[in-house]
Amino acid sequence: MRLYGIVAVGGFRRFAAYRMATAAGMFTNTVFGFIIAATYIALWDQRPRLGGYDIDQALTYVWLGQALLTACAMMGGGFETELIERIRSGDVAIDLYRPVDLQCFWLAADLGRAAFQLLGRGVVPMTVGALAFDLALPSSPLTWAAFLVAVWLALVVSFAFRYLVALSGFWLLDGAGVMQLSALVGTFFSGMLLPLNVFPGVLGEIARALPWSSYLQIPADVLLGERTGWGLAGAYAFQAGWAAVLLTAGRFLQTVAVRRVVVQGG
Amino acid sequence: MAERTIAYGDGLPDPEPEPDPAPEERAVPGTGGAARRPYAPARNPSGPLAGLRAYGLITAMWIRSTLAYRTSFALSVFASFAFSAFDFVAVILMFSHVDALGGYPLGEIAFLYGTASTAFGLTDLFLGSTDRLGRRVRDGTLDTFLVRPVPVLAQLAADRFALRRVGRVTQGLVVLGYGLAVADVAWTPVKVLLVPVMVISGGVLFGSVFVAGAAFQFWAQDAAEVQNSFTYGGITMLQYPPTVFAQDLVRGVTFVVPLAFVNWLPGLYILGRPYPLDVPQWLAFAPPAVAAVCCALAGLVWRAGLRTYRSTGS
Repeated sequence: MRLYGIVAVGGFRRFAAYRMATAAGMFTNTVFGFIIAATYIALWDQRPRLGGYDIDQALTYVWLGQALLTACAMMGGGFETELIERIRSGDVAIDLYRPVDLQCFWLAADLGRAAFQLLGRGVVPMTVGALAFDLALPSSPLTWAAFLVAVWLALVVSFAFRYLVALSGFWLLDGAGVMQLSALVGTFFSGMLLPLNVFPGVLGEIARALPWSSYLQIPADVLLGERTGWGLAGAYAFQAGWAAVLLTAGRFLQTVAVRRVVVQGG
Repeated sequence: MAERTIAYGDGLPDPEPEPDPAPEERAVPGTGGAARRPYAPARNPSGPLAGLRAYGLITAMWIRSTLAYRTSFALSVFASFAFSAFDFVAVILMFSHVDALGGYPLGEIAFLYGTASTAFGLTDLFLGSTDRLGRRVRDGTLDTFLVRPVPVLAQLAADRFALRRVGRVTQGLVVLGYGLAVADVAWTPVKVLLVPVMVISGGVLFGSVFVAGAAFQFWAQDAAEVQNSFTYGGITMLQYPPTVFAQDLVRGVTFVVPLAFVNWLPGLYILGRPYPLDVPQWLAFAPPAVAAVCCALAGLVWRAGLRTYRSTGS
């Protein structure tokens, strides 16, 4: 356990080293926050209470999306690039010799990365958004705590999914295409482009049942106070359920890969 | 690898590994046509023609390398298409709730979206690799570019040329086609001619932003994402009509970073819509001139940046 703690801290510090990149990222997230907020205002202006949100809630959703984008790696960009490269080059064989579990190692490293990006690239855009618009932020610290639990679960689901993506590299050798497809579904079905409760009809129901709704829609609903009591428990159960399913699938795939696939690089 | 965590890359994570020495070595024979004939060296190896030739050769090399993994390539072209398509799907989903956004119906938004997206897609295809400059400055591999008898910008633009980006151009053209078919436009010969003109000068305008943004990385190497605010942020903005945005934001993209000339100013003339900020209507025909000026400015910034370059100290 201690080892994974060290790995997580290492992941955090590694990303903390890039100060200029973090500042640039904050700037970009803030610019996009303003652009998307303008389109949401135009939309909610026509249809107040769309998707059950009022305009303040919709704008909170926008800035929350910017805050969680890199932490949840909705467009990719977490550990998986590196793991895929290690699989491609054959270096993963060395990792498999180490007395560390491959999945747990990368989970720890990715959680460390996410923690840094939540602080480094999440707090500032959110603050700018709160200064520029009336956001529906909760005053109760309990809601904030509940929100952070949802975010933590979101990070685990996100990791578990991207681990599957990375393992596909064992079979495809070049994981680029799969990574791009995963970024695609991650962006669209997380509700990054439009809240999932605005998706019409069956599409909306499907989108809300898929694992990606854990990334943004659920943490947003928890923060906005749409999920309390049993609703909150249900939200957690949904996220934890997907995390368990995806982590188990990753474990299974890892076992198969280690047994059957010839590692490259002689 | 923090620089990889692009917020709004081309929407797609850059999958390629860090540049390793092997592809570099392979690039040299392709670019060294002149070097192989030591007694008759090219007269002006850094001229624009040499640059274009080198760009073509390096690009061809990367295309061959991309096609080595066919499944992955097919998937990535599809992903590039679908990624920008989902962007438009979000717009369509918005229109499942409303009839007009910022006063514009879906067809007119599709027209604005399609022209901007096609112009941007072309730039992204040809110059999208320029944002790697910061990484190359940091790890010192830019030095290999400097010793070759080929313009650095040509090498940088062709570096890891991503053919998958044709997916975005295709998507832009599809939406543009839809917009042209649906939008209610009183077509005149001038308006018909203006459509290809705006797409091409729009591409050049975006190109200047790409080059200036890359040059900025000579000073701030880790700040590739700032460039994304102007490129990918700009395209996101132009996909919606100007009435959606605050006046100050519109002023910014008209007078500071003149992205409004990509599609808003010529596009609103074609659609017969009132202009933002009460600017004169003849500005609809200014995009080629504005693009030329921006190109020249970007060239100056690039030269200034290249002159400040000091290799890594280690």
